[in-house]
Amino acid sequence: MATEGTKTNKDATRGGEKLLTVKDLSVDFGKGGGAVHAVKNISFDIGKKETVALVGESGSGKTVSALSILRLLPYPAASHPSGEILYKGQDLLKMRQSDLRKIRGDEISMIFQEPMTSLNPLHTIEKQVAEVMTIHQGISGKAAQARVLELLDAVGIDNPKERLNSYPHQLSGGQRQRVMIAMALANDPDLLIADEPTTALDVTIQAQILDLLLRLREKLDMAMLLITHDLGVVRKMADRVCVMTNGEIVEHGPTKQIFKAPKHAYTKHLLASEPKGRPPKANPDAPVILEADDLKVWFPIRRGFLRRTVGYIKAVDGVDVVVPDGQTVGVVGESGSGKTTLGLALLRLISSEGPVVYLGDRIDGLESKQMRPFRRQMQIVFQDPYGSLSPRLSVSQIVEEGLLVQKRGLSAEERRARVSKALKEVGIDPATQDRYPHEFSGGQRQRIAIARALVLEPKFLVLDEPTSALDVSVQAQIVDLLRDLQKRYSLAYLFISHDLKVVRALANSIIVMRDGKVVEQGPADTVFENPQTDYTKALLAAAFELEATGAEAVSS
Amino acid sequence: MDAPTDVAIQEQEAAEAAEGNRPWVRVSPINKRRWTIFKSHKRGYWSLWIFLVLFVISLFAEFVANDKPLLVDYQGELYSPIFKSYPETAFGGFFETEADYRDPAVKEMIEVDGDGWILWPPIRFSYNTENKDPPMAFPSKPTWLLTKEDCERAIEDGFHPCNDELEWNWLGTDDQGRDVVARIIYGFRISVLFGLVLTILSSVIGVAAGAVQGYFGGWTDLLFQRFIEIWTSVPQLYLLIIVAAVIEPNFWILLGILLAFSWVALVGLVRAEFLRARNFEYVTAAKALGLGNWTIMWKHLLPNAMVATLTFMPFILNGSITTLTSLDFLGFGLPPGSPSLGELLAQGKDNLHAPWLGLTAFFVIGIMLSLLIFIGEAVRDAFDPRKAYGAAEG
Repeated sequence: MATEGTKTNKDATRGGEKLLTVKDLSVDFGKGGGAVHAVKNISFDIGKKETVALVGESGSGKTVSALSILRLLPYPAASHPSGEILYKGQDLLKMRQSDLRKIRGDEISMIFQEPMTSLNPLHTIEKQVAEVMTIHQGISGKAAQARVLELLDAVGIDNPKERLNSYPHQLSGGQRQRVMIAMALANDPDLLIADEPTTALDVTIQAQILDLLLRLREKLDMAMLLITHDLGVVRKMADRVCVMTNGEIVEHGPTKQIFKAPKHAYTKHLLASEPKGRPPKANPDAPVILEADDLKVWFPIRRGFLRRTVGYIKAVDGVDVVVPDGQTVGVVGESGSGKTTLGLALLRLISSEGPVVYLGDRIDGLESKQMRPFRRQMQIVFQDPYGSLSPRLSVSQIVEEGLLVQKRGLSAEERRARVSKALKEVGIDPATQDRYPHEFSGGQRQRIAIARALVLEPKFLVLDEPTSALDVSVQAQIVDLLRDLQKRYSLAYLFISHDLKVVRALANSIIVMRDGKVVEQGPADTVFENPQTDYTKALLAAAFELEATGAEAVSS
Repeated sequence: MDAPTDVAIQEQEAAEAAEGNRPWVRVSPINKRRWTIFKSHKRGYWSLWIFLVLFVISLFAEFVANDKPLLVDYQGELYSPIFKSYPETAFGGFFETEADYRDPAVKEMIEVDGDGWILWPPIRFSYNTENKDPPMAFPSKPTWLLTKEDCERAIEDGFHPCNDELEWNWLGTDDQGRDVVARIIYGFRISVLFGLVLTILSSVIGVAAGAVQGYFGGWTDLLFQRFIEIWTSVPQLYLLIIVAAVIEPNFWILLGILLAFSWVALVGLVRAEFLRARNFEYVTAAKALGLGNWTIMWKHLLPNAMVATLTFMPFILNGSITTLTSLDFLGFGLPPGSPSLGELLAQGKDNLHAPWLGLTAFFVIGIMLSLLIFIGEAVRDAFDPRKAYGAAEG
């Protein structure tokens, strides 16, 4: 325990005085033989005004560790076999509930990952932010409103006065996260626990939120515990880093030192696993597999009794795409830019206007039955490997589904052989093909989804954010797998992603989309090295340097 | 649209099953888990067994309670009157009509003249057999409840005296002299069968209608919903009374009329499930593989909706049984003479001096519905995704 009471100089180095000390903390779920040891004997501390990052992949126990600081775990299902958490000399784990409540939200507050669900949709912004102050400081009415305005202004919400009576659904994701931050800061906490504060946000918004957190940290002199899987965020924000895996802290130290000279094998693996490499050189004479001209997907807005069309939501508005054989076209853009819609329209999974030509055949006017022979040659892999595999079918049933429709003549043995081959190609042991999807990890499920597409031997594959739901180290493996498959079978990819690092590693040419329109289009090298438009520049800055430059070019 | 495809796929699957590559019934881990939960639900599990035993017994009601013997040995030859009707002349009688084996004269012809024997079912009454020789006026008491006074009066009034020859009516007779035990055995069977058929048919129609609405959405959904709104506002009972006035309702006509209204129960539920699930990524993936609409509905969406459907089914079954009983009670149900629990209830109401009628009907209906509800509760728990999946993932 650090010297409590001795006043240190305000300019003293960060972390001189310990604010929070976690000693030998363990968390178990369940009891007896079936107990899951989620966190095993971890120790770390946070000094005043210091930012400490807990880094790890999903399932490493970082969030559970953070939640146990405020005892927010589902007790009694969760328990602490050992450890203590000392905050200003008091053990939070042994504190009475009523005393703990005085600390929660007042001295220690939290920001959660998902701004969509961590605000109550039934209450106004003002009410939700003011509630924290009413509970802990007893201020309400005019005084509370004034403070709410001050806070909303501090977190960078435009026209805070007009926003007071807004409901969460009237705000964008970034604005919601700002409101969450305002709530967390309402009582001037000494420690802010931020659990993946930017993971659910677009890159440009992410950069803005991180800037905001940095500024507020300086202004309010608070310490931060940052929980994240994103090494870029760590590098930008943290003073010290603790690397977690399988419930243990395997390495900790100052950020610079960890990034420069990682000691533990897992840290090295994590640092090395950011998607690297470049796509193979594009062959300029490659034949065109798929081409679309002036593609439009407009959803009509209908109003009134007669449901007359009064306007259109232009999800995709006049996009030209050319996908050459064996090459990758990357489609980047923020959420809502229409990139997924573009992919679905090219596969004719939603109706669109404008010619779509596949190997010389126009496919945009075909009915679903006439489309069937083409379906074999064009496949899709979705973002969420948990949602894209039916939980009620075994892996072999999932993979062979396409064969049942597209290759009618095959016998059961032939089908099983093809399924096995496809699974082997994506790195799944064919012996496991009679298991069900829930028995596989996220990365393995994504491989199964790729196998389902590959078993039909397609020529063109739409990859809709195939790596976004996966951990970094798994991401890199999937990227390698995709690149390898492309080389072997001369596949053409349309790679949709918001993650520019992954796109950089795979795409030969790039389409930057915003609000359904193309902002910039061209060979990948040109777009990345020498972006022409402000929007692309802002996107690249946000993605690679986590800088919120050119804020006027992006929306908040 | 793609019906041939579906048939082809199903045939392929059937062929594979025949080859033994795939077990015909594939018990997925989730279903195993559900069965374990169901079994651990003691009350529901025991209710299921008790109900199954009762139901199987009642299915063979003809072998349990019948006024025809199971086997007759007459002059060295075996007869099975339960399957075949023999004229009295076959046993040396005078009439060309079917032999009345309960008639002491016929009995004598077989056992004495024919030097044979008769193998009876445990209860020698069918649901419509009249006890021609009761110890008292109808409705007569359960035989074991007869008091000394009853027996004395029986001799005075010229009824069958209380001796060893007296035939037993375990739960007495109704006001037309028919054995109550026989009537509840047959009545239980007809109630449960009616309930099951109505439930299965209305579930099939309801699920199909809900599936089409939910999957295609748009105008199909809109028009169908408006139609259902109008349809459900037609008063069922009046319609039944009107129909009953024109034609005499039998089992199938009643079933038809009730079915016409009961199928809507599941539509909303299934429609909602399909509306939700049709946007799942694995459904889009199936479309991208080139699967037809009907295959997708059958293979990917129906299993989702089945959880909700199966959870509701026991309760629909109970509702169907109750509806039939109440119609019988009011006199708009099965034709007169049918063994029906509702009719027994009505008799109990009309004969308050014969409490065994009302009490028997009450307990039979009460126990039957309770057993089904207990089973239903256990099924609901077993299909509860929080339990089935949560526990599985541990």
